[in-house]
Amino acid sequence: MLELIFFNVTNGLIIGAFYALMAIGLSLILNLSGVINFAHGGFLVIGGYLAYVLTPYLGFWGALLVAPFLTALIGFAVERLLIRRIYGRDPLYGLLLTFGLAFIIEDGTRQIWGANGLPVSVPPALMSALSSEFFFITGYRMFMVATVAVVVALLFVLLRYTRFGVRIRAGTLDLETVAALGVNVRALRSLNFAVGIFLAGLAGVLAGGQLGLEPTMGDGLLMPSFIAIIVGGVGSLTGTLIGGLLIGVASGLTAVVFPSASEAVIYIMMALVLLLRPRGLLGEEGMLT
Amino acid sequence: MTAERQKHLAVLVAIWGALVFAPYWMPLFGGYTALGSRVLVLGLGAMAVNFLLGFTGVLSFGHAAWFGLGAYACGLTLKFVASSTPLGLVAGTLVGGVAGGLLGALLVRRRGIYFAMVTIAFGQVFYYIAFQWLSVTGGDDGLRGFARQPLDFKLFRIDLLHNDVYFYYFVLVCFALAVGIMAFILRSPFGRTMIAIRENERRARFLGIQIELHIWIAFTLSCFFMAFAGALYALVNNFADPRMLHYSLSGDFIIMAVMGGMRTFWGPLLGAIVFVVLQDYLSSVTVNWMSFIGILIVLIVLFFPRGVLGLLRQRRTA
Repeated sequence: MLELIFFNVTNGLIIGAFYALMAIGLSLILNLSGVINFAHGGFLVIGGYLAYVLTPYLGFWGALLVAPFLTALIGFAVERLLIRRIYGRDPLYGLLLTFGLAFIIEDGTRQIWGANGLPVSVPPALMSALSSEFFFITGYRMFMVATVAVVVALLFVLLRYTRFGVRIRAGTLDLETVAALGVNVRALRSLNFAVGIFLAGLAGVLAGGQLGLEPTMGDGLLMPSFIAIIVGGVGSLTGTLIGGLLIGVASGLTAVVFPSASEAVIYIMMALVLLLRPRGLLGEEGMLT
Repeated sequence: MTAERQKHLAVLVAIWGALVFAPYWMPLFGGYTALGSRVLVLGLGAMAVNFLLGFTGVLSFGHAAWFGLGAYACGLTLKFVASSTPLGLVAGTLVGGVAGGLLGALLVRRRGIYFAMVTIAFGQVFYYIAFQWLSVTGGDDGLRGFARQPLDFKLFRIDLLHNDVYFYYFVLVCFALAVGIMAFILRSPFGRTMIAIRENERRARFLGIQIELHIWIAFTLSCFFMAFAGALYALVNNFADPRMLHYSLSGDFIIMAVMGGMRTFWGPLLGAIVFVVLQDYLSSVTVNWMSFIGILIVLIVLFFPRGVLGLLRQRRTA
């Protein structure tokens, strides 16, 4: 029993790290652009398929480094061409625009790479189990968690100590004042959007290595990411990170007792948070409400 | 009678005339009666979404949940409880509406984009339940094994199942009933208050209007209309499946409302006609219909955010 719990908690942490990676990207975009990016799962898919294309030339490691950057570049272009046109308008239009984009991306990937699953080949060194006792902790899963941890840590350093990061945080609180202080807010939003999409692309590469690629693989990850943001509190990236890990572990633990409810438990958590602490764990009152 | 009123009456006569005679003129344009029933039902769904979005200014992106709940409740009633079409409709409407009202009480304090996000997430709960609860809902395969029953009026009975035209008129009567109630609410003092909240929430609050209560009532009413449309949809298809609860259907309803004109009463119906017919046509000619719909959505958002009727109205006042 103890081992089963350990297994599921570890599993939950791994999945949670993944939710957090997605949710932090979404959260960055939501905070600065005021857009819920429905196409976030689509960008994850793009990242995964780009890795699939690049692996034969660059190997897994090369693809892992390059694919997220290319995805971010696409995201940057999309922001410049489409997303920025709806800034300042009713949130409805941002939702609809990215909703339409998600349709186009899903259909496009299916058109190019087909509806059937494709594998991302992972170096054999990462695939073996670390020990016979804890067979479920493969090297790849540890590697995934480590990558997420490093990237999230780097992001927080970026936000804390660089001028770019300070501007993003300031813009989250009061974009108008930031603009009045002479910061080019348009460029800031574009770059910030690209950073969010970079995280989605990275998540796509990592997920592709674990589960393989499918045009619809982003769908199942989008909702947990929303919930991670709501549970953690809108406006707080730390909250989003904690929210992601928390719902991952919660669904892992539920899987021990009542497997078919492991999906439902994250919604129950969201309902509880909304009832008891509507702004979320670390959210600030009055943000985006 | 003023000219304004006369014009209004003429428009109403034209709309209802077109709907009543649809089974006769649609085939001329390659339409078929079942498509007409589907357009009416989805149009009612879009009008129900718009009741909240266009007239209260509250964006729910999870309304498909109440639509689907209505559909499942109607189907399950027909399958297990009693083989009566009206009873199925009543059960569907009640289940979806009450569930929406209960959840709505939890959500009404949220606003704007946050409200949209929370409604999407809660809507998905019902999608997962329908997807996973195999023994009751049939899971991914959907709920089968029920069919609309004939209407029995002692003296005569109307066969809804085998005669598409009878069924179309049945749907039209239901549609008229729901739309009539909707119009009545919007003309009442309550409906005027909804519009006041949309226009300026803070001012409405200063006037002593209980904003949360009004939004909750509007939300709940909209859920009831939505569930009624969903129950009808189960009858249209003799089938219910989890995709009827998915947020992408919520998105479709909102697109219909926006495309037709979301500040107008009839806009969503017009949007539904265009959207459903286009989707029906595209999916029959190309496998890439999703891309076309996606591009259409992007174009509408960028260039026609007011929708067809909104554009017409703007031109008239300008």
